[in-house]
Amino acid sequence: MTEFLQHVVNGVSLGTIYALIALGYTMVYGVLKLINFAHGDVYMAAAFAGFYIATALDVRDHPTIGKAVLVFVGAMAAAGALGWAIERFAYRPLRNRPRLATLITAIGVSFLLEYGFQLPSLQAQGRTFEEVLRGWGWGVPGWLDALVGVLPSSFPPGPTPRFFPEPFTRVDWTVLGGVHISNYDVVSFTVAVAFMLGLQWVVYRTRFGMAMRAVSFDPRVAGLMGIPVNRVISATFVLGSVLAAVAALLVAGSRPRIDPIMGLMPGLKAFVAAVFGGIGNVPGAMLGGIVLGLAEEMVAGYTVSSFRDGIAFAILILVLILRPEGLLGRVTVEKV
Amino acid sequence: MRRARLVLRSIAPFLVALPVLWLVQGVLPSYYSFVFINIAVNVILAVSLNVVNGFTGQFSIGHAAFMAVGAYTAALITSGMETFQVAGLPLGGSDAVIFFVALAAGMAAAALAGMLVGIPSLRLRGDYLAIVTLGFGEIIRVVIENTRVLGQATGISGLPAYTNVVWAGMGVVATVVMARRLLLSTQGRALLAIREDEVAAEAMGVDTVGWKVRAFVISAAFAGLAGALLVHKIQLVTPRMFTFVKSMEVVVMVVLGGMGSITGSIVAATLLTVALESLQAADQYRMVIFSMLLIVLMLTRPSGLFGTREIWDAMPRWLRRGAGGGAT
Amino acid sequence: MRADRAVALLAASLVAVACQSKKPEAEAPAKAAASAPVAAPASDKILVGHVGSMTGSEATFGQSTDNGIKLAIEQWNAKGGVKGKPITLRTLDSQGKPEEAAVAATRLIVNDKVNLLLGEVASSRSLAMAPVADGNGTPMITPSSTNPRVTKDKDKVRPFVFRVCFIDPFQGTVMAKFARNDRKIGRVAILRDVGNDYSMGLADYFLAKFKELGGTIVDDQSYKAGDQDFKAQLTAIKNKNPEAIYVPGYYTDVALIARQARELGMKQPLLGGDGWDSVKLYEIGGKAIEGSFFSNHYSPDDPSPRIQEFVKAYKARFGVVPDGLAAQGYDAAMVGFDAMNRAADGSGAAVRDAIAATKDYPGVTGIITIDANHDAVKPAVVLEVKNGTSVYVTTVAP
Repeated sequence: MTEFLQHVVNGVSLGTIYALIALGYTMVYGVLKLINFAHGDVYMAAAFAGFYIATALDVRDHPTIGKAVLVFVGAMAAAGALGWAIERFAYRPLRNRPRLATLITAIGVSFLLEYGFQLPSLQAQGRTFEEVLRGWGWGVPGWLDALVGVLPSSFPPGPTPRFFPEPFTRVDWTVLGGVHISNYDVVSFTVAVAFMLGLQWVVYRTRFGMAMRAVSFDPRVAGLMGIPVNRVISATFVLGSVLAAVAALLVAGSRPRIDPIMGLMPGLKAFVAAVFGGIGNVPGAMLGGIVLGLAEEMVAGYTVSSFRDGIAFAILILVLILRPEGLLGRVTVEKV
Repeated sequence: MRRARLVLRSIAPFLVALPVLWLVQGVLPSYYSFVFINIAVNVILAVSLNVVNGFTGQFSIGHAAFMAVGAYTAALITSGMETFQVAGLPLGGSDAVIFFVALAAGMAAAALAGMLVGIPSLRLRGDYLAIVTLGFGEIIRVVIENTRVLGQATGISGLPAYTNVVWAGMGVVATVVMARRLLLSTQGRALLAIREDEVAAEAMGVDTVGWKVRAFVISAAFAGLAGALLVHKIQLVTPRMFTFVKSMEVVVMVVLGGMGSITGSIVAATLLTVALESLQAADQYRMVIFSMLLIVLMLTRPSGLFGTREIWDAMPRWLRRGAGGGAT
Repeated sequence: MRADRAVALLAASLVAVACQSKKPEAEAPAKAAASAPVAAPASDKILVGHVGSMTGSEATFGQSTDNGIKLAIEQWNAKGGVKGKPITLRTLDSQGKPEEAAVAATRLIVNDKVNLLLGEVASSRSLAMAPVADGNGTPMITPSSTNPRVTKDKDKVRPFVFRVCFIDPFQGTVMAKFARNDRKIGRVAILRDVGNDYSMGLADYFLAKFKELGGTIVDDQSYKAGDQDFKAQLTAIKNKNPEAIYVPGYYTDVALIARQARELGMKQPLLGGDGWDSVKLYEIGGKAIEGSFFSNHYSPDDPSPRIQEFVKAYKARFGVVPDGLAAQGYDAAMVGFDAMNRAADGSGAAVRDAIAATKDYPGVTGIITIDANHDAVKPAVVLEVKNGTSVYVTTVAP
């Protein structure tokens, strides 16, 4: 029984991460009908942003609550900016093209982030930015120097995994006769639920939410009604990316290894979770995430554990065959 | 007489290609024949993926999985039959027969896998289908990694090096002939109709369901051929050779060439293979350049190099007779 | 198909073939000019090729090995090279993929005509390279591939392929013997990386030996490299109450596994193999990995002067303490050059014979003797993780 309960705790802990990422997927899909393949990589970039900020603030040796807050806020801001940039430069120009074009672009952005982060930094190569530019025969304008100066010298991080310092101290409790749970698990769950409720409130009780829903019904007509479609879409992306950042920091804090391809699998699984719960549906994403986390945990714990990744895709295929609109989604009829 | 002429015409490309390839094989130095085989494999992959993505307008991004199925099936056969010899044939001939059987079996197994993937595709469109094909790709990889008989993560090594310029070239000829004849046939029109407007096609009586599955089956079979050819060159088959990244490489080739254009696929596959080869020195920047290429391509020219045009459309009328004109 | 279409197709395929032949030729001279010191393999120079994963998830392995090789080359060149000929290195990236390793090996051997091929770290990639080396008569030494199939193709020893490390059958048994005889452990659970042939091989051999010595394997779980969450497997293992857990994976995952095991309240020590060998193990594993053991090729705090000199030279050149892979790369190169020095002439066959005759060569990863299977007969060391680094515990002879 203890083992089972431990599995439940593990599964929920895992599931809340998927849920947080899935919320971002579901919102973007709801508004743009686009599977943002790059979402998992925004999650990864946020983790690294947090890593660089934490290193700069020396969180490892002198952690404080204030610094933890700064790390969180900084990573969320970085993720939001990245999300905004991706939408603005990679997706918006393709707004009126067939959806396949945007999907391919999304995959391209995803690869760009993954492999871009695996490039060796100038520091690792033992060169400076000035040397590189001079090598190409260019001078170094002041503003460019300043811009590059903002980036940490060890960016891009390269393929080596990094160790993420704990933002807040881990406390472990043993409850119910042998089940181990930590404050990270509790915080993740609380945060996920809070965000879900908050998001629900935003979507159904605010004007901005109404605008989002209008855009998801019909972007052109919404535009005609005076809704600033571009701004709504941008804001949706930023919001989704911020959520991914929160998930990233919670994961990085409790499972402190980060590397440039850490976003690939969680991204795909979160997408499965979103589809399972009903894509476009906020509580559905939360539910889907938790269920997926539990399913993965139970399969890995009680049967052949190496099928763990396969389970997510098996669920996806089953859902799409049996109930494509997901658990909480509504059946939409295609009209011609 | 007419029958004989028809048959002759249909096998003409193979008859013509065979001596040419033999010549090339004799002349080409070892390293370049390696590159040739790589190009050939990629061309087969691109053209076969074009059948699903280009002709039928579906979006499959799990192509590497079919490669894997074909490769492993062929590998099992050749490594199992290594000590056998077909009675009455010289060693070289016996090897060729065994290899042919292995290739055929690989294609058949891959076709079966294609059917398994095609069936769920019945209900799905666009993005969802893409993710499902991706999912199948991953599932097949997971299954391979967990199966002892398939060597799990280590794979199967020590495969006989059957693939050479001739085999690879014939594979290309077969694939291109298949694609072109499909495109120009009535069956091909069904696929094109599905691409243009699936609901209208259904309304016009096209069996969209059946044709989508058939498209997957054909496409998968030739991907299996490519996989089998590749692994018998490098004499090793491992699950890590068939990842999602490989699938995406093929997708890029198809998109770059123009979805729906066979010529485009051939040209793009050749260009990309050569480009990736020559970028070897650029190490890590290879994939970054690759992904930037993809993004820029989609932003500027999503129809690709050739769109849906073919090289033979540009040839003067006297050189080609119209599609469906005369005996086909 | 009509004859005219056949002609068109033929023309197209001819064009395609002709174009392919031309492009690579145009590429090759440009590449040679652009890239770093690539000597045309004239008979007055020695060209060494190295295929490694410079990118991808195992990039640190490839880079460490490359550094070790570079150090060996620099040391030999300082002494005037091999038989008076300077040595140059050409490294190609396998990107962690076997087919890329095969292509890289082909380039180095056929295009660049290297005298010696070094690589790869992972057995699956070495397996892809081996037929190329054999087929072209170029001696190949793998520094760290431990799968027996790399040097042995079914029952035949590959004529030109060698290794300077021990093989999985040996390393798996090392830990089994250590656990059973030294630590008196009776119940062990295994947690293996199912996507990694190295890990699978070690786990299988460990399992066989441990059972043979009378121990019990209480559970056999698996994970995929790159997973972040191992709690499912660990919870299942915890329930079976083992005295130790054998985790023959790479350090990146092992560190996390250790942490999560401790979070679940599991106090058993972990046991592992040379895939643990990296500074990052201690950094990420922290307190969780303390008190665990792993088998390795060498220990940087081995007081023997030979090893200490190597550590010092490496640190001076690269700024970090060499890990096992760097040491292996160094030894592979050194053995190769030593053989070239002893060889009757510069031909592949002569060098191959010289390598095969290597006996009691004093490498930094042990005294190396190449046996009839082209494997190195070497002892393994068992290290314990203590105070944020590894300390030597014992040596296990083959």
